Amino acid sequence: MYIYYLCKMEQFSSKLLEDAIQSFQGLPGVGRKTATRMVLHLLKLDKPQVEHFAQSLHKLRLEIQYCTQCHNLSDQPICNICVDQKRDASTICVVEDVRDVMAIENTHQYKGVYHVLGGKISPMDGIGPTDLFIETLTDKVNSGHVKEVILALSTTMEGETTSFYLYKKIQESAITISTIARGISFGDELEYADEVTLGRSILQRTPYENTLAK
Amino acid sequence: MQLDWLHVLNFKNAQEREISFQPGINCLVGPNGKGKTNLLDAIYYLCFTKSFLNTSDTQNIRLDEPFFMLEGRFRKEGNEEHIQVSFKRGQKKQVRRNKKEYEKMADHIGFLPAVMVCPQYSTIVIGGSEERRRWLDTLISQFDPLYLQNLMNYQRVLLQRNSLIKQMVESNRWDEGTLSVYDAQLAKYGQEVYQVRIQFIDEFMPVFNEFYQFITSGAEEVGLKISSQLDQGKNYAALLTENRHKDRALQYTTAGIHKDDLEFTIHRMSIKKFGSQGQQKSFLTALKLAEQHFLKGKLNTSPILMLDDVFDKLDPQRVKQLIKNISSEGFGQVFITDTGSDKLKHLFEELGIQAKFYDI
Ligand SMILES: [Zn+2]
Repeated sequence: MYIYYLCKMEQFSSKLLEDAIQSFQGLPGVGRKTATRMVLHLLKLDKPQVEHFAQSLHKLRLEIQYCTQCHNLSDQPICNICVDQKRDASTICVVEDVRDVMAIENTHQYKGVYHVLGGKISPMDGIGPTDLFIETLTDKVNSGHVKEVILALSTTMEGETTSFYLYKKIQESAITISTIARGISFGDELEYADEVTLGRSILQRTPYENTLAK
Repeated sequence: MQLDWLHVLNFKNAQEREISFQPGINCLVGPNGKGKTNLLDAIYYLCFTKSFLNTSDTQNIRLDEPFFMLEGRFRKEGNEEHIQVSFKRGQKKQVRRNKKEYEKMADHIGFLPAVMVCPQYSTIVIGGSEERRRWLDTLISQFDPLYLQNLMNYQRVLLQRNSLIKQMVESNRWDEGTLSVYDAQLAKYGQEVYQVRIQFIDEFMPVFNEFYQFITSGAEEVGLKISSQLDQGKNYAALLTENRHKDRALQYTTAGIHKDDLEFTIHRMSIKKFGSQGQQKSFLTALKLAEQHFLKGKLNTSPILMLDDVFDKLDPQRVKQLIKNISSEGFGQVFITDTGSDKLKHLFEELGIQAKFYDI
């Protein structure tokens, strides 16, 4: 009877509370219990703090852009990596999403630019080559300003398929196509590779053809 | 390698059960339906992370219970290995070795090798090609992890390629370029799998022949060979290209090593079509005993041998022959299920072989 009473309380004591909990619930890894804890925590903070929190989310969603050159997340039409004159624009590292850019940037070893595909080819999940930023990559390669393309996709089967697809698209051009040699096992995502290993492998990359050895 | 202790909870018809076993021959005796076979399946689960009857995990939970759990204490090369398999409805199955959970089930395959002989496996001889491929793949995977990896990669690419074909047909946009990417990957992994299969049969055939001759004490000529679209040096890429038309019409990948079969013959005639029931039974038994012997050679440890309901339908002379064989030096721990204990007990006594009996 007591428990029943509590449940009712949770649902009806405040519609505002319920709405806020609903908003948090369903975020990756967040269930109802955690959502409730987070919302109650917010209520303990100063009003300006919460204001800032809400504002940052609001602005993020409204103002975030995708860099027109590399498709990375950015505040400006061109991201601060692409705009940086010290970066070597003739070397392009191809990755799946922004998390990979962050992982490689954290190694502080890479001085080229990126190209973010936005995923990997997987017909089972309804993702074909045309759903990814592949054409903009081939355009870049065909422009003649590119010397090297580094394929840094995850070592999952779908990552392998996507790398091979890209390789076939650009192999005709005279550029170097390389891949990062990772000492990590098959099935590992780039995101989880440790910084030292990743940093070393981005420097010691190998020609992509070598991975095709029969 | 041996199993010292088994604990079963909510597994199939058993609520809870705990048994300690001995190193040599263990006989589980009792009337049908009491769960002898289920205990063997529990052992199989601990070795292969799944049922030998190829049922889903959910089907193996005891009626009205939320989960099942299996535990075994094995001894391998002097080390004690505690293996636990647990499965709760709607959740991921967990396999633990010495309390540590495996990230990939595949890593456990081959660690505790085992061979099951049971009437259900007659499908290996008389069933569809899928049954023979499963037998072959399970066997090879136990001593060649790279084979298992290549096979899993192949199956993943195959699923993707089939999805792609379906989508391309439905949207009426046939894209040979993308298809060729998958073809190259299928060829890469498929070729590896095919080569290992061929090589395996070459090595396995003499072992099998020896066991067949022993069991039948006869002079029948038996054969065992891979039958594949890749035979006669067929180029994998060419095979896929030639079948694109057919693939498009049927909306799936029609050619490749997932269509391979094994040809079993006696006097060069298909045993599936022309063999007598007795011959088919002997063929299967020899296949399985040879499997145990072969794995032992590859792994330097004796796989657990499980004989479910094998003696019932064999004539007494063959049973005697078989028992003599499995209690000889080469075989390690053996589990036998049987309905009539006296007959078997007398036989072991007569042959002077020590066996432990458990009433189930
Ligand atoms: Zn950019």
